[in-house]
Formats: sequence, C-alpha cells, structure tokens
Amino acid sequence: MRVTCTVNGREQRADDVWEGESLLYVLRERMGLPGAKNACEQGECGSCTVRLDGVPVCACLVAAGQAEGRDVVTVEGLADFARQRDGSGEPGELAPVQRAFIDAGAIQCGFCTPGLLVAADELLERNDSPSDADIREALSGNLCRCTGYEKILDAVRLAAARGTARTTGQGA
Amino acid sequence: MDFLRPASWEEALAAKAEHPTAVPIAGGTDVMVEINFDHRRPAYLLDLNRIGDLAEWEVGERTVRLGASVPYTRIMENLRTELPGLALAAHTVASPQIRNRGGVGGNLGTASPAGDAHPPLLATGGAVEAESVRGVRMIPVDDFYVGVKRNALAPDELIRAVHLPKADGPQQFSKVGTRNAMVIAVCAFALALHPETRTVRTGIGSAAPTPVRARAAEEFLTAALADGGFWESGHPLPPSVARQFAQLAAGACNPIDDVRGSARYRRHAVGVMARRTLGWTWESYRGRAHGSQGGAQCA
Repeated sequence: MRVTCTVNGREQRADDVWEGESLLYVLRERMGLPGAKNACEQGECGSCTVRLDGVPVCACLVAAGQAEGRDVVTVEGLADFARQRDGSGEPGELAPVQRAFIDAGAIQCGFCTPGLLVAADELLERNDSPSDADIREALSGNLCRCTGYEKILDAVRLAAARGTARTTGQGA
Repeated sequence: MDFLRPASWEEALAAKAEHPTAVPIAGGTDVMVEINFDHRRPAYLLDLNRIGDLAEWEVGERTVRLGASVPYTRIMENLRTELPGLALAAHTVASPQIRNRGGVGGNLGTASPAGDAHPPLLATGGAVEAESVRGVRMIPVDDFYVGVKRNALAPDELIRAVHLPKADGPQQFSKVGTRNAMVIAVCAFALALHPETRTVRTGIGSAAPTPVRARAAEEFLTAALADGGFWESGHPLPPSVARQFAQLAAGACNPIDDVRGSARYRRHAVGVMARRTLGWTWESYRGRAHGSQGGAQCA
C-alpha cells in the first residue's frame, strides 16, 4: 500500500508498504530518516519516540497505515519545529533542548538520545519549569543504559532554565 | 495482509461482519507488539483511528460513556473526579507514550488478566457497549472476561464504549511492579466504596486466569460496615475488619508462579493491597462525609 504523510513539515510518500509495517520502519527504511531508533519494538524503550499530530508516541507501535494523512515530527525536524514554535533561533541551529543535552554531557552512546530529545522537548512545550518529578515522569518511557539519567535530568533542567531566562529577557 | 480503514463506525461494523477475523487496531500498543515479533499475522487489520467519536467521552448524570479509544492520558487528565479508580490505574499504564495511544477498549479486547484497567472496571461495575451489524449489546463488566485473554465478544462485534457509573464514593487502585513506570502488573487491586448503596466492590488483576472480583471479601466488608453502623458514624474501622477483608481478598486469588512473581507472593500482595486500599478509601470517606481530620494512616 501507499502511505502519504507530512514528516517534519514536508509531504512524504512511501510505496509498497507492507500492511503490518510500523511507522518506525517506514521512517527509517523508506523515507531515509534514521533518527528515530529501532530497539525494543514493543514500546518499552522510547528510542523511537516521535510526535504524531503533536502527541509523543512510540513509532514502532503505530501501524504505517495509521499515519496516513497525519503530521509526524522526528528528531531530524526537531530544531525547525522548535524554532517555528518558539519564534526564536536561527536556521541550522540546534533546538534548545539539543544544545542543553550537549552542554550538560547528557549523551554517551547516543542511541536513546533522539527519543529523549523528542520527549523532553514536548515536556518543556507543556511545562516551562518542570519539577524533577515532572521530568522523571515525562521521561519514564525512555530508557538509557549509559548515563544513569543524572546528566539527562541536568540537561532538561538546563534547557528549562535557559528557556525561562530567554522569555524573561524578552519581557514575556 | 489487508489494511482496512473504515471512515465511520458503520463502515467498521460492516468490515468486521465481512471479515470476522480482522484484528481491530486503535492505539496499537498490544497489536503492533505481536506483529513486530511475528507472533501474529492477521489477514486483516481494521484501523479504528479515523473514527473520531471512539476517542470521545460523555459525562451524564449517573454514568460516563467512555469511548473505546479514549487514551489513558485523557482519562487521567479529565475523568479523575468521575472515575477516580480508573484514572489512578490509567496513570500506572506503561509510559506517557503508551498512555497517549492506548485506551480501555484495547485492554478489554486483549482481555489480559494483567490489563491495568480491569480491576477498576470491576470495582466500579458498568457495561461494555459491543456492537455488530446485528445490533448493540450491553455486556456487564462482570460477564466480560471469560478466560485467559478471552472475552465475551462475538467474532463480528467491536467495542464502541464502556458505560461506567460515576463515583459515589472514594476509589483506590494499587499495583505491584518492579518500577513505577513501564511495568506489567505482578498483581493489582482496586476498591470502590459505594456509599449510596452501602456496598463495596473490588477488582483483582494478574492473580487469576481472568480479572476477578473478591466477592467474599466484598460481602464481608459490606456486612461489617452495615452491622457496625460505620457508614453513619464514620468511625475508624477495627483492625480485625481490615485483616479479615485482606484475608478474603487473598483467598479470591487463583494465581500462577511465573517470572514476575510466585503464586504465594501474589496472594500475599493482594491481601496487603486490599488492606491498604481499604485504609485509604475509608479515611477519605470519613474525611468527606464526616469532616474528620483523619490524619495519616499507616497501611
């Protein structure tokens, strides 16, 4: 079957999609977007987290046909997505949450990073000054086997602090 | 495999009538796992995502009609007052990503004894609205679970909604697992106090071939509350009542040993959860009905 959807603001089409295929497979293997990672294939690890019509979901558990006509954001489009949403940043720049992950040393092997970035960005979109409990809850569906999570929590706190500082600076 | 994409409920019913083996998929959080792991190769997938009203709910005077695909996230956020037990259970489902997709219809369709929604559904009571081209059936929740991962649906039926009475008293849910997220229940327990009818109802998960009520425990507690005049007085419950309730709840289990826990552990844990949920709900009832300060109660 054919699947057409908007991915990172651009219309994408995949042909000869098998009916039992996941959105994750379509993104990675048919659309050339390997950012969302394929790990557990059962929704346990969150490495494949993408936004589906704005909602964070595990792409491995969305049937390809269910994405027909819908809007998908992957880590590849996160910076553009954040720039348009926040009305700040320059083209080509990383999203604030990506920058914070680098600055806080929240990345080791990097495999879990795309899913965590998408989940963390969505948290900060909803809640610009999350408590530690809010952060843990929002990231509870994303597993990292390297960092022990402390640096990841630091990164989200850093992104939140910078975001608050920026809006305060703008008098917003 | 064929991917069927009905645009309306009527089309979905027609498709299910024509292809009774078609597997309905909404959130996909169960079905896609089975397909990804090659455990299942249905001839037809029946996508229900395009049927918007399945993701809606209506709060009536006495009941809530909860669409089969209302995500757990929405239940947590919007139905905490009307369906407190289910909202608590919804919050323990897996992770935000899963709660954004999964809903009660899927839990009922899969009918796993470990489904988190089942204990509160049993404790509140209510009915599953099942429909086929032949008509609508209201299946009482008590009659819905018929075996391990088997439910009372006919092959041509789809779950449209569940009808649940709005809470008339405190409700609680407790679940044992190795983590606070992303965990399938080792066992779970739900308790609902129903002050209007002076009854209590329970639900046990993951401790029998199907989700079950602890009927003997319910009958004992209902009688103990009535005989002792507790609904009127709002007095604290004697420890002996809590103990007996816990024992009877444990006795309602028919668990197995598996990788998640032993049968003996499950029975024990259900008893502990029964006692704790009774403590929490009763304190809450006393606080609401009698303005008692209650204070922190040690479970």
